[in-house]
Amino acid sequence: MAKNEVTIEKKEKEEIVESLLTPGHKACTGCGLALAARTVMNTAGKDIIVTAATGCLEVFSTSYPHSAWKMPWIHSLFENSAAVAAGIEVALKALGREKEAKIIAQGGDGATADIGIGCLSGMFERGHNILYVCYDNEAYMNTGVQRSGLTPFEAWTSTSPSGKVSWGNPTEKKNMPAIAAAHGIPYVATASVAYLKDLEKKVKKALEIVGPKYLQIHAPCPLGWAHEPYDTIKVAKLAVQTGLIPIYEMENGVITSVRKITKKAPVEEYLKLQGRFKHLFKKPGFEKELERIQAMADATIKKFNLM
Amino acid sequence: MTKPEGTVSKPGSSKEYKTGAWRTKRPIFKQEKCNDCRICVAVCPDGVIFGANKKYWADLDYCKGCGICVEECPLKDIELIVEVK
Repeated sequence: MAKNEVTIEKKEKEEIVESLLTPGHKACTGCGLALAARTVMNTAGKDIIVTAATGCLEVFSTSYPHSAWKMPWIHSLFENSAAVAAGIEVALKALGREKEAKIIAQGGDGATADIGIGCLSGMFERGHNILYVCYDNEAYMNTGVQRSGLTPFEAWTSTSPSGKVSWGNPTEKKNMPAIAAAHGIPYVATASVAYLKDLEKKVKKALEIVGPKYLQIHAPCPLGWAHEPYDTIKVAKLAVQTGLIPIYEMENGVITSVRKITKKAPVEEYLKLQGRFKHLFKKPGFEKELERIQAMADATIKKFNLM
Repeated sequence: MTKPEGTVSKPGSSKEYKTGAWRTKRPIFKQEKCNDCRICVAVCPDGVIFGANKKYWADLDYCKGCGICVEECPLKDIELIVEVK
């Protein structure tokens, strides 16, 4: 009995292992991005060097004089997270210490798909051994919900407002994983905070591959998407179950695995939880727009063979 | 040694700022039906749920009370209560 108690105590102590992204950071309640970043860091382990682009992640984790990171971490500018990581990788090689640490570059959807796409493309082209993680919360949340290249069709943002004439963002989500894969890099994957085990598996797999890797994580933002903080995982799950966000892996340009939809949900279910889509349920003629979005989801399901 | 401007030499120093003060609701772990699935530990955005062997707790110094653990607990063994002082 006494022996048993000791082991339990020991195990409990082991359970208070802190995340590599420590608490006390200033992310909003229910932040999907904080959850994604924490999972990526804990999976990668402590022997990493991390860069971050400007964005929510950088702002909430490092409000001077505090840092929430427990590893060497650098933020330089909005556009050059990938370039800074490339510099670190080359420096480690020059010192002959490239085996000592893995390098992770991070950026939000704006930093990845809009502002930093040049540096990212360069990193892919030169073949640096870096994992690039894009946290996709579908707008520039840090500066007040401006539209980005990864904002979905007909979403409200402060620069694509819905109104008498407008239905919100007029363009579709940019296919960033396909752009990354077109560089001929060895590993491209998408993930979601709704499926954390899948995300962990992908981070582990990516870090074992030599060469540039791209991982895009769909992470809901309660503030910008205007949903309840406790619904973060539910919203992320519905995005996958409706077919709007396909979860897949590409190795050397070929899709090797997809996450099948277990229970198909209509897009309304996903859209109605979020304030950024509320005009799609109010404005006259909304049925037609919902049909259009449903058609997009169905096309994605067909394209990736999700069912 | 003087440190270069704009650097933070203490890793993980965000712990000096206690985000628990933001909270209006707090999770209560009832520990009646818990089956050690550890989903609550995994889904916490701040990583402040700890424990093992059907005993879990949230570090209330940092818990922001988002309620994701309550929503995601498959056995509904966690409750969110409004904090009143």
